[in-house]
Amino acid sequence: MSTAMGNPTAGASPGASPGASLAGDPYAPQQDTVAGPVFTVTGQDWDAVVAGAAEAEDERVVVNMGPQHPSTHGVLRLILELDGETVTEARCGIGYLHTGIEKNMEFRTWTQGTTFCTRMDYLAPFSYEAAYSQAVERLLDIEGDIPQRAQDMRVLLLELNRISSHLVAIATGGMEIGALTVMTIGFRERELVLDLFELITGLRMNHAFIRPGGVAQDMPPGALEQIREFIKLMKKRLPEYAAFCNANPIFKGRLVGVGHLDLAGCLALGTTGPALRSTGYPWDLRRTQPYWGYDTYDFDVVTWDSCDAYGRFRIRLEEMWQSLRIVEQCADRLGNSEGDPVIVADKKIAWPAQLAVGSDGMGNSLDHIRHIMGESMEALIHHFKLVTEGFRVPPGQAYAAVESPRGELACHAVSDGGTKPFRAHFRDPSFVNLQATSILSEGGMVADVIVAIASIDPVMGGVDR
Amino acid sequence: MTDPDARTDDDKLRAGSRGEAAGTAKQEPKVGSTPQGAERDLGVQEEMPENTVVPAGADSLEVIAVREGMFGVQGSGDTSGYGGLRRPVVMPGASPRPYGGWFDEVADRLADGLGADAQAAVEKVVVHRGEMTIHLRREHLVTTAQHLRDDTGLRFEVCSSVSGVHYPEDTGRELHAAYHLLSMTHNRRIRLEVSVPDSDPHIPSVVAVYPTADWHEREAFDFFGIVFDGHPSLTRILMPDDWPGHPQRKDYPLGGIPVEYKGATIPPPDTRRTYG
Repeated sequence: MSTAMGNPTAGASPGASPGASLAGDPYAPQQDTVAGPVFTVTGQDWDAVVAGAAEAEDERVVVNMGPQHPSTHGVLRLILELDGETVTEARCGIGYLHTGIEKNMEFRTWTQGTTFCTRMDYLAPFSYEAAYSQAVERLLDIEGDIPQRAQDMRVLLLELNRISSHLVAIATGGMEIGALTVMTIGFRERELVLDLFELITGLRMNHAFIRPGGVAQDMPPGALEQIREFIKLMKKRLPEYAAFCNANPIFKGRLVGVGHLDLAGCLALGTTGPALRSTGYPWDLRRTQPYWGYDTYDFDVVTWDSCDAYGRFRIRLEEMWQSLRIVEQCADRLGNSEGDPVIVADKKIAWPAQLAVGSDGMGNSLDHIRHIMGESMEALIHHFKLVTEGFRVPPGQAYAAVESPRGELACHAVSDGGTKPFRAHFRDPSFVNLQATSILSEGGMVADVIVAIASIDPVMGGVDR
Repeated sequence: MTDPDARTDDDKLRAGSRGEAAGTAKQEPKVGSTPQGAERDLGVQEEMPENTVVPAGADSLEVIAVREGMFGVQGSGDTSGYGGLRRPVVMPGASPRPYGGWFDEVADRLADGLGADAQAAVEKVVVHRGEMTIHLRREHLVTTAQHLRDDTGLRFEVCSSVSGVHYPEDTGRELHAAYHLLSMTHNRRIRLEVSVPDSDPHIPSVVAVYPTADWHEREAFDFFGIVFDGHPSLTRILMPDDWPGHPQRKDYPLGGIPVEYKGATIPPPDTRRTYG
């Protein structure tokens, strides 16, 4: 964290004394610039900054908060201009986690693309796989051919993921304002969801499970029982969050009225998700533009009318209940469709085999290997072509949007008829919602910036991609 | 692309597929070609479906590139027998009326609202896979966007996303910007697309109409070098400020190093064999 004092004429005098402790540090020099003296705060040097500030004529301080600050919700850099404790200007610096995922996807097959986009937002990976798969399926014109069981599994995973993502939002948001118990119980429950993910997909994150055409694997034996146990447990545990927070005067004191953003602001800034619903507008793509049978599930779109951080917290809390309702219905449907296919029937798109857990843990299906290596040359050729070359997607472009835990998440996929995406662009809700940082924090107290940012719950992996 | 005949053929393809006038679907598409350079039309194309992937339901086609050979092998090294194969890459072209559903309503309302400018503003309308794309000329982008936002019958209040796309072989229209608009009032989505040449990559900014486009346009500038005129602060957003080049353009290499695994060397992804 570095700060620049407002008065350019303050000059050398505050610079001399605090600089002494950092004189030998080439990475954190204390320097004078045209905008005033710059301090690099590394801990236990607050006196120097205070002394420097006392020398300045006004109380204007520019604070460079992050990108490695524990309260900025990831590698987000905030540039705050303060007048005393009031924020007069707030700007975001992003890009510290940019890994070129979209560019990389252009060099892999359409199926491999899901392996890349799942790494964008590490808290809601299934939403990314879902948006991408939906866009590819639209280009392939197979949206109507996705088996019911695959759709149910997708909805199940998306809703479990919504619960785990909202748990982290509440947990880290609580931690950042000192509500540490909320953090510990939030991560405790999230672990249960990750256990379910591990059971179903084999991995806690980076699943690459929802693929163009369906899902990678059928439900493993015993998964439905575990899901039902999880639902039972969550029904006991979720009220704890309400008991800790909902009427807690300190919690409410930090959240109520903070980070105000009304409906007009949301539309102008493209803000979606809990922030939009906290203005009282029930916009949820699961209801308004349903996909994969969301219109057949019984659930409520949660809204709040306070436009503030507290409303967004309450929406997340209630949305976890609604997601539990959907998961319950998914479990019933999946129980009735045992043995149905989980990927399209088209053998030019569907992977030829389901995996099995082998002794080496690699998961090849021995039956399938026997078939392609010992019985059918054509099957071997087909397998080889599909896995190494991939399938072709007709030229065109598609924009497919899903309701991620953070708002509208969409994939704009462009195909030139080849085996690889010509372009895959993700409309990341965190990226768009972060633009509201200025309007959420300016005019408020510096301590409220943390609450305001936490209330839109940005995940930098998705922002920077 | 060394064969002079091939080049001529290529040019014919382009001329045949892109009409001069705005929004006209009257052009006769010429797609597909044999190694001998003879042109075939859509009807004959049925016999050789492997030559061209023709988007279903498209009435005219937009050739954006031509693929040669297979397996990514260039020159004389291709012993696969596919070396002479030439396949144009065609995107869905302009759709004829009626577009179907509410698409006609939006198109009519927009044409009424724009008045005399409508013909000049709208280059063509493509309806493909249930999505509507309105190709606009850049001079008219902002007024059209303003109209789409404010007209009560259109009311596209939200600009969901702006994405850049680079078509290096689409001469004169290399850089595209696609604006995804959402009308929450009517629960509709449309896409606006603006194409500009690489040599003059300027598009007027829509930030004044859609403030949310701010970061999207910065991203498209950062990765494609599209300059959005009138943007309040068009700077890089995800790449470092001093980064050279625009990384998501097709002429920008992916980079990477060969990796050795159990004695074999695996080349970086952008130098591996491709299946084009």
